[in-house]
Amino acid sequence: MAGKMINLILKVWRQKGPTDTGSFAEYKANNVSTDASFLEMLDVVNEELVTKGDEPIAFDHDCREGICGACGFVIDGEAHGPLKSTTVCQLHMRNFKDGEVLTIEPFRSKAFPVIKDLMVNRSALDRIITAGGYISTNTGNAVDANANLVPKADADEAMSSATCIQCGACVAACKNASAALFTSAKISHLSLLPQGQVERKDRALRMVAAMDAEGFGSCTTTGACEAACPKDISLVNISRMNREFLVANVTKQPKHQDGGAG
Amino acid sequence: MSKLDSKIPSGSIESKWQNHKFSSKLVNPANKRKHSVIVVGTGLAGASAAASLGELGYKVKAFCVHESPRRAHSVAAQGGINAAKNYQNDGDSVYRLFYDTIKGGDFRAREANVFRLAEVSANIIDQMVAQGVPFAREYGGTLANRSFGGAQVSRTFYARGQTGQQLLLGAYSGMMRQVDLGNVELRTRREMLDLVVVDGKARGVTVRNLVSGEIESYEADAVVLATGGYSNVFFLSTNAMACAVTAAWKAHKRGAYFANPCYTQIHPTCIPVHGENQSKLTLMSESLRNDGRVWVPKVQGDKRHPNEIPESERDYYLERVYPSFGNLAPRDVASRQAKYRCDEGRGVSETGRAVYLDFADSIKRLGQDKISERYGNLFQMYDKITGDDPYKMPMMIYPAPHYTMGGLWVDYNLESTIPGLFVAGEANFSDHGANRLGASALMQGLADGYFVLPSTIGNYLGGTKLEKISTTHDAFKFSADEAKSEISKLMGIKGNRTVDSFHKELGNIMWEYCGMGRNKEGLKKALELIPKVREEFWNNVRIPGDANYINTELEKAGRVADFLELGELMCQDALEREESCGGHFREEHQTADGEALRDDKNFCHVAAWEWAGTNKKQSLHKEELTFENVHLATRSYK
Repeated sequence: MAGKMINLILKVWRQKGPTDTGSFAEYKANNVSTDASFLEMLDVVNEELVTKGDEPIAFDHDCREGICGACGFVIDGEAHGPLKSTTVCQLHMRNFKDGEVLTIEPFRSKAFPVIKDLMVNRSALDRIITAGGYISTNTGNAVDANANLVPKADADEAMSSATCIQCGACVAACKNASAALFTSAKISHLSLLPQGQVERKDRALRMVAAMDAEGFGSCTTTGACEAACPKDISLVNISRMNREFLVANVTKQPKHQDGGAG
Repeated sequence: MSKLDSKIPSGSIESKWQNHKFSSKLVNPANKRKHSVIVVGTGLAGASAAASLGELGYKVKAFCVHESPRRAHSVAAQGGINAAKNYQNDGDSVYRLFYDTIKGGDFRAREANVFRLAEVSANIIDQMVAQGVPFAREYGGTLANRSFGGAQVSRTFYARGQTGQQLLLGAYSGMMRQVDLGNVELRTRREMLDLVVVDGKARGVTVRNLVSGEIESYEADAVVLATGGYSNVFFLSTNAMACAVTAAWKAHKRGAYFANPCYTQIHPTCIPVHGENQSKLTLMSESLRNDGRVWVPKVQGDKRHPNEIPESERDYYLERVYPSFGNLAPRDVASRQAKYRCDEGRGVSETGRAVYLDFADSIKRLGQDKISERYGNLFQMYDKITGDDPYKMPMMIYPAPHYTMGGLWVDYNLESTIPGLFVAGEANFSDHGANRLGASALMQGLADGYFVLPSTIGNYLGGTKLEKISTTHDAFKFSADEAKSEISKLMGIKGNRTVDSFHKELGNIMWEYCGMGRNKEGLKKALELIPKVREEFWNNVRIPGDANYINTELEKAGRVADFLELGELMCQDALEREESCGGHFREEHQTADGEALRDDKNFCHVAAWEWAGTNKKQSLHKEELTFENVHLATRSYK
């Protein structure tokens, strides 16, 4: 892993706050080690800015291991940059050439308002989860973990859907800013498991309604989301969500208002 | 010393928790609605506590520093979670998990707490499965297990290499359900800057809204801190960038004792440092040692490509030194051995500070598909970071700060020395002694949040007379004013150095003198250096921008200011503890073959430190540890 040094020119979106109009500013990133990550490259630029008394470029980040989902912005039009299956924190500078000019801007979507520079508010995704993206079981109610057997293939498939990190790249990559890939991954994860069956229909209806209410666009199945997803969440999830939603809609039962027994 | 009453229930070790629950006071359902509890931090411990307390009917106010609670650093745990299920029929039991944890912690943990942890471990797996966590399964549909360091049974449950993520999503979804039901109020992008104490009891928090910059006050009947560990005192660690001691440290300054700060875990298998501008280190899960073999060349300075070094010229040193545990020796032991090999000049990589973790034998035995199924995402991560393919050549790894066993002192109820302040997960000191075994952090976080706190907080609320208060109380105003004045002070320095430059300087001191090996001379030197760095920080740090909107440099500055105080206490504690135990290795105290040499006569205690004021030496309180079930013995993994 012998690194070399490269120089880059960055055109970065700077926006002071949610109501500011924002614009691009140009920075030089000199002597960047090709072993550094993209965020470490920005750290170096920021150290220089701070030393000069300027405000550093604000971006969300935390684990820097590609798992927390906090980081994410657009590099030259691509969410999380050019490397497939990779978050920006795991994107290393060896993937760039000396002298390159890079345009860096935040994820753009009506549902993700910019709060500063490259930081956006993605709490809409949390609200979709709040609308039924869970299994209703109180602590202390669980039966022995091996009491319900789960076929390995189902568990593996559920796991693949559950690896979504909620970064929002799917929304940023979609021309309609749809959150279908994100929402469908959670619906899939829970509908594939026996534990998720009881609330399966209600969950599909509520989560889809919550997604629409947040102002995300419709899915037209172009697959741009799948291509941008750093965790390889498959488009199959969206088909599954559509089927779950359809079945739930046509077999919906009227709500009973009766009280419980006793 | 009356303050350090551990409140361990009487009775046999097997009956303590059951008896304690039965004798605890209860709060009736109608009254639960009248009580509020603040939970700071939404990792495994915080999210599971918030969910469970919400289910019980308490009004919960949850806070996290991130934009979403699911970003908490528990998400990054890779390998797995231990539980005494004995699904493998390999001789596991609650008692064995208890025994392994006490021994793994080098006999510096409290027996009663550890037994309870082992006891509830099986319930955690049941609970997480019920919430839809997609653990790995066998073809028959039953749950799969893998092995972890410090144990000779297979008791670790896992979800590929993303167990922490899946467990956190389970706990997070449980909490979001309570948000949906209106029992939990969630506030994100808030950083706790102070604990509010009224009449000697924890009654609220002062937080900074990281988006608006406003200082906000929140009141409650009890406060839970689940704010993680302090490995970032080393600057470079496997912790996430926002991991900080701030919340715990502010509580410490309000009267909560800080226990065993020198017990830090240096994890043996991390990707080595690549250069000056590195921002953090990345862990490669301990689970890799199930199938990977650790080695260095037999001779010094062997610069050949690893694949060209024949078997006979390799030293599989863990297998050689610890034949019965081999590559699955506990973390502190494996880390020290890697250091010894590099100190001998047999380290690999350009820097000489790395050893090999080799999968060639396992790939030959099991096939690449099987290895990929087990560790695919870890191999991919390694490849992305280093540019090397671990299917084709061995990984290069080196130890790095990863976890802190020390933390706020708590009694059996997880209550600190401030009544009404409870501390859970990595933020407390309670269960891992001087060294944590792999796959036990997730277990402890969830045990605390799901099963311990809901019971012990009920006991507190049911048995304590609490005046009704609001945030108009003077104590809240006073606390908010203090937080504001600290921020103004930081903003007003307008010096010449960046926050990171101070953090790196502190980190270098800590790693050099309070890292894997410590000695009296070095620790004394660190104790001279740290106050100087701290003084310069408060006179020369530069924070651009304003405090009334997002200011990431200001956030970092507040955290580094607290690390600069904590670092000193860690060195003080390390100096005071004239023995070696677990992760605390004092070079003066070792056996002839370089193993940790405990001094049970003088140091079989918890060291709990009481804040004495800025720049004043903290006072030490001791909680004696007694071992009634596990015989105090020298640890051996040979």
